[in-house]
Amino acid sequence: MTAVSPIATLGCESAPVLRERGQREVFCGLTGIIWLHRKVQDAFFLVVGSRTCAHLLQSAAGVMVFAEPRFGTAIIEERDLAGMVDCNEELDRVVDRLLTRRPDIKLLFLVGSCPSEVIKLDLSRAAARLSVKHAGVTKILSYSGSGIETTFTEGEDACLAALVPYLATDTSDAPSLMIVGALPDVVEDQFLRLFTELGIATVHSLPARRANAMPPVGPNTRFLLAQPFLGETARALEDRGAVRLDALFPFGAEGTTNWLHAAAVAFGIDEMHFRRVVAPGRERAKRAIKHSRERLEGKRITFLPDSQLEIPLARFLSSELGMKPVEVGTPYLHRKHLAQELALLPADTVISEGQDVDRQLDRVRAAQPDLTVCGLGLANPLEAEGLTTKWAIELVFSPIHGFDQAGDLAELFARPLRRRDVLRV
Amino acid sequence: MQLTVWTYEGPPHVGAMRIATAMEGVHYVLHAPQGDTYADLLFTMIERRGKRPPVTYTTFQARDLGKDTAELFQTAAREAFERFKPQAMLVGASCTAELIQDDPAGMAQAMGLPCPVVALELPSYQRKENWGAAETFYQLVRKLVDKSARATPRDGRRPRANILGPTALGFRHRDDVIEITRLLGTMGIDVNVTAPLGANPADLARLHNADFNICLYPEIADTTCRWLEKTFGQPTVRTVPIGHGATREFVAEVAAVAGVDAAAVLDTSNMPWWSRSVDSTYLTGKRVFIFGDATHAIAAARVARDELGFEVIGLGCYNREFARELREAAKLYGVEPLITDDYLDVEDAIQALQPELVLGSQMERHIAKRLRIPCAVISAPVHVQDFPARYSPQMGFEGANVLFDTWVHPLVMGLEEHLLTMFRDDFEFSDASGASHLGHGAVAAPVVEERVLEPVAAATAPAEHAAAVTSPVGEKGGWSADAEKELMKIPFFVRGKARRNTERYATEQGIAAITLETLYEAKAHYAR
Repeated sequence: MTAVSPIATLGCESAPVLRERGQREVFCGLTGIIWLHRKVQDAFFLVVGSRTCAHLLQSAAGVMVFAEPRFGTAIIEERDLAGMVDCNEELDRVVDRLLTRRPDIKLLFLVGSCPSEVIKLDLSRAAARLSVKHAGVTKILSYSGSGIETTFTEGEDACLAALVPYLATDTSDAPSLMIVGALPDVVEDQFLRLFTELGIATVHSLPARRANAMPPVGPNTRFLLAQPFLGETARALEDRGAVRLDALFPFGAEGTTNWLHAAAVAFGIDEMHFRRVVAPGRERAKRAIKHSRERLEGKRITFLPDSQLEIPLARFLSSELGMKPVEVGTPYLHRKHLAQELALLPADTVISEGQDVDRQLDRVRAAQPDLTVCGLGLANPLEAEGLTTKWAIELVFSPIHGFDQAGDLAELFARPLRRRDVLRV
Repeated sequence: MQLTVWTYEGPPHVGAMRIATAMEGVHYVLHAPQGDTYADLLFTMIERRGKRPPVTYTTFQARDLGKDTAELFQTAAREAFERFKPQAMLVGASCTAELIQDDPAGMAQAMGLPCPVVALELPSYQRKENWGAAETFYQLVRKLVDKSARATPRDGRRPRANILGPTALGFRHRDDVIEITRLLGTMGIDVNVTAPLGANPADLARLHNADFNICLYPEIADTTCRWLEKTFGQPTVRTVPIGHGATREFVAEVAAVAGVDAAAVLDTSNMPWWSRSVDSTYLTGKRVFIFGDATHAIAAARVARDELGFEVIGLGCYNREFARELREAAKLYGVEPLITDDYLDVEDAIQALQPELVLGSQMERHIAKRLRIPCAVISAPVHVQDFPARYSPQMGFEGANVLFDTWVHPLVMGLEEHLLTMFRDDFEFSDASGASHLGHGAVAAPVVEERVLEPVAAATAPAEHAAAVTSPVGEKGGWSADAEKELMKIPFFVRGKARRNTERYATEQGIAAITLETLYEAKAHYAR
């Protein structure tokens, strides 16, 4: 299905990985709250942390803070640092107050931060204690979104992994399919329609849109990862007997086809029927991508580490748009989940894991790529040096998966280059 | 613990970053976990800086905690010095590193780096951003100036001033400095050093060479000015030149301190005439609520009452360090001072007072939007649109012009919107058209969002808007259909107040059902 025209020698699956330690210019896992709280409509995310954590959330959430979102920070103050008992009592007080005022909250996540972990505040025990207290109304769970434990999208991984042990046991004999990873509703609906058309009877999403609609899991569960950063969640699901379907990630016409195909094969869907079902979407995707190909073909691109989306996106850009990846940096490389992706990257691509930001920027300056994908702390400074950038966080916040977003995804990379060419100032 | 959704100030190490980023040749090594680099984007995005802030974060992770985070810090400090060759370094800890007690000060001292190193003690769990900035600036100055030096004698030379306080991420600091420098120039006064914005460590070392200091932003420069006063006997100019009157006073104070003639300054402000012209008559007695950092809030109150003819009905600030100054100012206007860093308190106060204009920070802009009250921004924290490309100081005579335009603009918009609403039954106006500035076809129906911390029994007024609102028939007595309809004819920006006044009047008079009669009785009763 995935006939890729071999422009360059392909295959990075056994290439050496450049591993670096040093200053890392990345978000912590708390940032995941920004999109997770929009996805699960009756969940509230309470960070237990410092003013820095609250400040980060508000900087990342931008204007969303004012739509009265379902997240907040219990800011640790000096008197909380005096003794542990006090800290737990304070936390109970804050949670009671919150739940009294917001009886609509059915699921509350206590989210660990660097300060709460360093002072060894046991949020899992607090969650258990509070769950008993608020039984029947609100389920209370905990996970860590701290910078010392998690990088950016790993916050979603930690959150979903915390949900898995509490999922109902699936006892039905028929196999069911689970899509794992928070997708924008519009994208999720597109995938559900496609699976229905393929003839896969039972399809769930993790996370579901409401706390009481979380999917069951069991030995008959087959799951597809919609996102490349869900290592812990996949392991937790496998611990409950579920089986992961290995596939490319659903970016672009090829990635989406391959991803859908993995499910079709696992559920014994007739190959001809599969082709008929995916053909229209696949065609639309290819047509939409074409618009950007002209601008992107042959252009060199470097990814700085951010979300773990870098390798699948580099694969999409190189195999479907003819871009040349120079260096693809990722905060963490899950070799097993990305094996198929790595196999499709040009063999001369530098794969780097971790970061020493100043050394990496030296490499960027030396390579002078046409496009550098990086965080907002680096984008304007690199532009000022004459490099063209695409800011990475948008790739996490925008709908980019599936056939009908393939064109938008390509356009996200084409736009900065087009802008560079049209400006006369 | 304090439950927080929005914070007016960041942690104190962000204040330290604002000083480091404002200066040249200073590098800050911050002992901090992975993720704290988020603060970089405040400078690169909101302020649109084309350079990375000069901050190296040690970015330790969990696996480092078992080992030697101290070594990590020393490596980061050494490499930062080698790469950036700063003339001075700041070292310190963020909130998490404060808990692991690695002592950056001691470690940096032990390293013997070949440049002055200032160790910062910024208590993250007690203090906030502005305090962190003030403390960092003060420690840098103390470390770098030559305490034994003195200004060269005047001997016919022009007087020299230091302009102290402007930082990175400061609200309009860039243009305020330009405006005040120009003003001093017309008085024949030279600027010795402007700091921290644009200064380097060598500049700080020659602060003694000025005859006096201008404390432009007390939140940042007050501690430093007091110390310079004590150390070099330099007097401090404390009038903050925001507004027409304050600018004239500032000029007079500077002239007295520098021994020059204030008459040289040409008052180039259009504001007095704009404010006296008949078009501004409708501004008289407009009820304004003011909140922000203490300096900007206090200055705005004076401009609002004395220069625009508004009535100040609320005044507050979020920085406790200046609570005393704000309380003093609140007395001048006979209002209850509001000193809080909880935006819900501010929202409640605005809702209760029903002002016709709100002057505040980014947060008040959003509160006002929800309550459909005109609003202008006068203070940090602000968003990207308040770091404009165009010249727009708040200070000096040009600043006064900017204030007039900025504050009156939303009121004119409000009036325009009101006219549209008033004539909505006119055959050429369709009910669906919103305000013209929202673009064609925009429907101006407000969305009443949920509130995170809404008390269950919150006694909040129902949202007021152009569509018919049915008010609850409570213990206050219900509104008759006639009275409700009449209320809708009242301009939306005073409707909330009219509703409250009428209900209060009905309660006081023991009237059960509010009729047309009650509405107009109440109007007469509360007539201004």
